Amino acid sequence: MKLRPFVALLAAGVLLTACGSSEEPSEASAEPRELTVFAAASLTSTFTEIGEQFEAANPGVTVTFSFAGSSDLVTQITEGAPADVFASADEKNMTKVTDASLNSGDPVDFATNVLEIATAAGNPAGVTSFADLAEPDLKVVVCAEQVPCGSATKTVEDATGVTLTPVSEESSVTDVLGKVTSGEADAGLVYVTDVTSAGDEVTGVEFPESSEAVNTYPITALNDASDEELAQQFIDYVTGTEGQSVLSDAGFGAP
Amino acid sequence: MTVRGGAVEGSALPRWVFVPAAVGLLLFLAPLTGILARVDWPNFIPLITSDSAVTALVLSLKTAAVSTLACLLLGIPMALVLARSSFPGLRALRSIVLLPLVLPPVVGGLALTYALGRRGLIGEHLEGLGISIGFTTAAVVIAQTFVSLPFLVLSLEGALRTAGRRFESIAATLGARPARVLFRVTMPLVLPGLVSGAVLAFARALGEFGATLTFAGSLQGVTRTLPLEIYLQRETDPDAAAAMSLLLVVVAVVVVVAVRGRERA
Repeated sequence: MKLRPFVALLAAGVLLTACGSSEEPSEASAEPRELTVFAAASLTSTFTEIGEQFEAANPGVTVTFSFAGSSDLVTQITEGAPADVFASADEKNMTKVTDASLNSGDPVDFATNVLEIATAAGNPAGVTSFADLAEPDLKVVVCAEQVPCGSATKTVEDATGVTLTPVSEESSVTDVLGKVTSGEADAGLVYVTDVTSAGDEVTGVEFPESSEAVNTYPITALNDASDEELAQQFIDYVTGTEGQSVLSDAGFGAP
Repeated sequence: MTVRGGAVEGSALPRWVFVPAAVGLLLFLAPLTGILARVDWPNFIPLITSDSAVTALVLSLKTAAVSTLACLLLGIPMALVLARSSFPGLRALRSIVLLPLVLPPVVGGLALTYALGRRGLIGEHLEGLGISIGFTTAAVVIAQTFVSLPFLVLSLEGALRTAGRRFESIAATLGARPARVLFRVTMPLVLPGLVSGAVLAFARALGEFGATLTFAGSLQGVTRTLPLEIYLQRETDPDAAAAMSLLLVVVAVVVVVAVRGRERA
């Protein structure tokens, strides 16, 4: 068997993998201080913006984010990942952290999020209510019950008595949105903030029953924090005027 | 391919080579041992025989078997063309065959969506005919075939090149027609390479995750194969995820042993 192509492939694979984990070096003018924030994937755009503002307001501070599903982040934190602050997309995952006594100080709620129907741009299927999603011809994608957006979906289903027959139950809200923006699905259940961030690619349909399942986002400092003061400062910033304005612009509700 | 009686070669090896080699081996063994250590052994059987786990395993085995069949149907002719014919652009063709090996699976899934999805290049027209691929078991098979086809083609092409054309030429001079040469001489000669290629393709199909998740979706019994089930269970039930991971590792080990055993025979 010829080995050379395999070696070339291996090399290519290594390169591809290596690209994923580069970190920006800090370029500090004042005394350099670093903060590592683990935040839920749904906070990616807002926390990136808040982080930039926070760095600008505090010269010398570098904030590094790790965005992933809340339960992934909890796993990493319990396995000893070096995080200073944890922002969860739901209370359940925050409870795992407090149960393991990894938090320093009590978690603070800083935002809420509710479900919204995302349809293909222009809403060609004419979805107007949650009950419309039960239409047999409609290809509906939801989150699986195991993840926060899926348990919220289940709560709404139970409250309304409408049973959905989705064509797919995705592991993350991003995957649901992806199926709608690519046109594979006619409609999907995502968060209000996802509809906002998707812009023109989807048309959102709000429904009153979404209030049955309000997702609350808590944030806490972790007791392994290398710079506890800075961690608290960041949390204050998120819960303060500046942070709250970024979050509400993105569609998050007040806690 | 293999060097027999390698005692001389072994002694010629500088000793320090063993150190990075051992580190490399550790890189494989440590995560495997990690799974073994993490599995909740008293509940192992209930965890892997839960309704959702069994459904996912059965779906995985079925789809991987069908994709392996598809790989054979498409891959054997491809390998024959690559190894036995010559025309301009053959080198480029070989590079294209290699592509799914280096692509991140999620990119493969996106590419499949852009081609076969409802708004894709081909999918758009299929939709007009009332054929919809997304969210079906067929989509899982297509995604698996996409990623595992190179394994079969490469193995078989290598076997064809190693076998050479001597017997084929002799058969031809004796008056055998091309089809007869192919089925009576060429294929029996490369059968071991074909089998190991098929087994590798099956294993790759069984492990397929990214392209399936992106292109086919995830629904119990329809598109949620074992890797997708593991990914989902990990959210709420890490013990179940660990147990099912071990199950996949065991299947992978069986496959590797099967291929190695064949090579030695």
